[in-house]
Amino acid sequence: VTETVRVERGRYHDSVTLMRASAAGAAEPGVDTVIAAMATELNLTLLADAGFPAPDATPDDLVVAVRADVDAQVEAAVAAVEQALVRRAPAATGGARAPSPHTVEAAAAQAPDAGVVLVSVPGRHAYVEAAAALRAGRHVMVFSDGVPVADEVALKREAAGLGRLVMGPDCGTAVLGGVGLGFANVVAPGPVGVVAASGTGAQQLCCLLDGAGVGVRHVLGVGGRDLSAAVGGASALAALAVLDGDPAIEVIVVVSKPPAPEVAEAVAAAAAACRTPVVMAPVGPGHPTLTDVAGTVANVLGVPFAVPPPSADPSWWPSPAAPPLSPPSSLTHAPPPSLTPTVPSPPSPLSPPLSQTHAPPPPGPRSGPLLGLFSGGTDCIEALAVVEPRLGPVASNVHHDPSRRVGPHDHPADVHVLLDLGDDELTAGRPHPMIDPAAVAERLAAAATATGEGGGGGAGEPDRAGGPGVVLLDVVLGHGAHPDPASVLVPALAAARAAGLATVVSLVGTAGDPQGVDRQASALAAAGAQVYRSNAHAAARAAELALAATVGSTP
Amino acid sequence: VTGVDGDSAGAGAGGESGGGGDHAGLSDLLVAPTAVVTVGAPTLDEALAAQGVPTVPVDWRPPPAGSADAVAAVTAVPGLDRANRTAVERMAAVRPRLVDVRPAAEAVGIGRHQLLHAGPPIAWEAASGPLRGAIVGACLYEGWADTPAAAEALAAAGAIELSPCHDHGSVGPMAGIVSPSMPMWIVEDGDGRTSRCTLNEGLGKVLRYGAYGDAVTERLSWMQRVLGPALASALRRHGPVDVGSLIASMVAMGDEGHNRNRAGTSLLVRALAPDLVRTIDDGAHAAADVADVLAFVDSNDHFLLNVVMAAGKLVADAGAGVAGSTVVVAMARNGTDFGIRVAGTGDRWFTAPATVPDGLYLGGFGPDDANPDIGDSTITETVGLGGFAMAGAPAIVQLVGGEVGDAVAATELMYQVTVAEHPRWTLPVLGFRGVPFAIDVLRVVRTGVTPIVNTGMAGRVAGTGQVGAGLVRPPLACFTAALDALAAPALAGSAAAAPAGGGAGP
Repeated sequence: VTETVRVERGRYHDSVTLMRASAAGAAEPGVDTVIAAMATELNLTLLADAGFPAPDATPDDLVVAVRADVDAQVEAAVAAVEQALVRRAPAATGGARAPSPHTVEAAAAQAPDAGVVLVSVPGRHAYVEAAAALRAGRHVMVFSDGVPVADEVALKREAAGLGRLVMGPDCGTAVLGGVGLGFANVVAPGPVGVVAASGTGAQQLCCLLDGAGVGVRHVLGVGGRDLSAAVGGASALAALAVLDGDPAIEVIVVVSKPPAPEVAEAVAAAAAACRTPVVMAPVGPGHPTLTDVAGTVANVLGVPFAVPPPSADPSWWPSPAAPPLSPPSSLTHAPPPSLTPTVPSPPSPLSPPLSQTHAPPPPGPRSGPLLGLFSGGTDCIEALAVVEPRLGPVASNVHHDPSRRVGPHDHPADVHVLLDLGDDELTAGRPHPMIDPAAVAERLAAAATATGEGGGGGAGEPDRAGGPGVVLLDVVLGHGAHPDPASVLVPALAAARAAGLATVVSLVGTAGDPQGVDRQASALAAAGAQVYRSNAHAAARAAELALAATVGSTP
Repeated sequence: VTGVDGDSAGAGAGGESGGGGDHAGLSDLLVAPTAVVTVGAPTLDEALAAQGVPTVPVDWRPPPAGSADAVAAVTAVPGLDRANRTAVERMAAVRPRLVDVRPAAEAVGIGRHQLLHAGPPIAWEAASGPLRGAIVGACLYEGWADTPAAAEALAAAGAIELSPCHDHGSVGPMAGIVSPSMPMWIVEDGDGRTSRCTLNEGLGKVLRYGAYGDAVTERLSWMQRVLGPALASALRRHGPVDVGSLIASMVAMGDEGHNRNRAGTSLLVRALAPDLVRTIDDGAHAAADVADVLAFVDSNDHFLLNVVMAAGKLVADAGAGVAGSTVVVAMARNGTDFGIRVAGTGDRWFTAPATVPDGLYLGGFGPDDANPDIGDSTITETVGLGGFAMAGAPAIVQLVGGEVGDAVAATELMYQVTVAEHPRWTLPVLGFRGVPFAIDVLRVVRTGVTPIVNTGMAGRVAGTGQVGAGLVRPPLACFTAALDALAAPALAGSAAAAPAGGGAGP
């Protein structure tokens, strides 16, 4: 063991710097003790306590004392101390390294012009973040699902008191002045404003309108439960009022699943009081399809309406347009303040069938029921409403009739089944199928390999033994969705075609979407799918094919 | 009052339902957003970025396991913002004035065999080395025992009554031992409230760091005989010193009021020196004693700390007892546990085992020599000083090997867990923004970001004294426990309501 005590007369460093320097010296290998300090009485005591001889020094002198195993290590420690003493930190950067915000309040303070906060934390935590947003004076879009209804009621009550809007919870889409939040299609701004209690319903409507050249300025999502009795339409009523106050809006559409009757009444009363014509569009059995609603909106605006062709490329698409599902004549009267499209009596007059003239027959048609695989919940509900009048009872995990409800994993044999694959039970721990359609592709591939011809009757047979004859899918494009869903689905579509399945796709998108509706349509069609821009038309077509397939299989 | 954040005047949950009537305020929604605050899935940020809309993403993490329900329940308590605003207004309105120095026997009313200590309540059996050392030292100083062994025996026999400083309108640094003969600073707010703190002994082997023995006793005796009376005379001649303004000045001069009090100490001496000198002519004190007093203060850059602490106690106590408020009104450590008190939960302490600070060591000391965190000096952070004001005292960050930017970042981070900014204690480097003021238990638990505390480190072994200085973060468990208590009424209410309102849904 060797040691040194060195004194530098008149050299001053503050105690913090000296402690740092001591630590730097002590970090050298083989070093036992390093004391770098001004030679104050206190520090001389510390030096003595540490076993060093007393140096001849005054409080104005710097002492560096080192004890280590060998001389070289002592010198290394002294050098390290010196290096630490002369080291100069880079120039101060002031507040340049502000910490990232840990709270909505802190982020809002950083962005005073951010009028909207987008919340997508897990549902049980969403209330706290959304409340923070409201209290910071911001509107809030709650994308999260699984938010307790009591939280939703509390948030909307507080928002009303603060003059802010809560979009959601479970609000998948919003468009504000042409900017999409969440899942949103790229649509040109125009005279339409949408109050959306159904995200995918709003997306379908926007895409149909966009395809007909009708622009949408705002989509105010309100959440799927807003029109329930518990929530009472709090956000829908507020959204309706604010859209009514925008002079650029010529028609307002309220898209929802069928609301609670008393809430429907309140919303209808508010709609009747609006200066702007309001089209009510509940999606479900006994109600017009969104394709019909799009036609109504166009009529109110005095614009001719046609369902857009799935692609600008006509080489594979046999028809420029499909006819509307309900006669437009009933909708072309002058716009009253509040409009409800006439309900077509099922089965709706889908004639002539789209397939008769143009759809190529699937190679080696296979008999079996219809299987629907949806990523958009409202697409599934609309398809149910279209298909059931044509095929009879259909099972679904989102069926309004509990007796026809099945689990999202069930594939009962010889039964038509439409599944919403965005079901909470299926998305826990994996991405929503709109973000990653892998789950759709898996189900489709499984359907292709399942046995056809109704093998499901035998005892002990698994449910899926009776494979479907027709598969109906929706593919949703836009911001937030998968960058190229067709690429994920094409292998499964090809397998399905090879197995003799007919596949029909409802393609929800616009020409402006990042994925490109044309590119997606071409790729899907090339893999054998019949592609429709109208979800209702796709469903009707699928029903028609299923009817043929099941009739054909019946001796 | 300035600085209460948020635009939610009159907000609170459960406001008027609005009845769907007045939605005029919503029209600002109908424009293309120029920026969006996002919290949650990054995918949604990407979609906005693709549209050329900048996002300000929140660095969000779920609250600690087991606290989610409490976080939601407290967030939903009606009048939360109002309660916190009330607490902040009361705290910010305090104008602490230094008026006197008097013995603890008189100022606090403690007598033979009664000692105050730092932090939440603790018994001798659970006391750490430095706290035991200070108790021994105080017994020797008061003449209750002749030897350290006799003092230990006295304390071990339960003959010494221990009580937290905080329960007596007082605070004490490190071990925080207050014995009847010790002179104490007296700080008043002009409304009849008073707070007290002992006088700072300087560095080295001192009682507050757990040292005891002749040198310690000698110094304490000199403080009792000379320092205290001289300061008392000077203060009475001078009249009250506005400590609030003093703190504002020192913060602007590079002090943060906890680990750095150099400017503030100088300012106090500058103010008192003329009256101190005049006490010589008054015949009250000998010139040599006055010179010793000035020399003692000059040798001790932390001399003002104890005044700042007393002022902090007065400020924090003003917020205590505001029902429903989630503002922290005390943070203190007894060397074994870290404890906090909250405005809305009365005198209750929420404690968790104290941790060892992270910092630099004196002499040959190292981490193994350090005692867990100790002292009432965290009252400074409780009122926005110390670690919270670090942006104005960048020299301090070197204690953890940081750079100047880290000092600014520390203060910036503390704005995220506080309710307000102090209206008068401002930081020039941040454009004269007020220091982060009034720690919010709810924000701490929501973010997991605990207060940043600058502190000294005491030796683990009784009698050692100071071994270093550094930064420490209080255990999060203190804050989750406090939040649970704040949430308890709401959660109990909803649990009681559940059988009636709940039931099978569709």
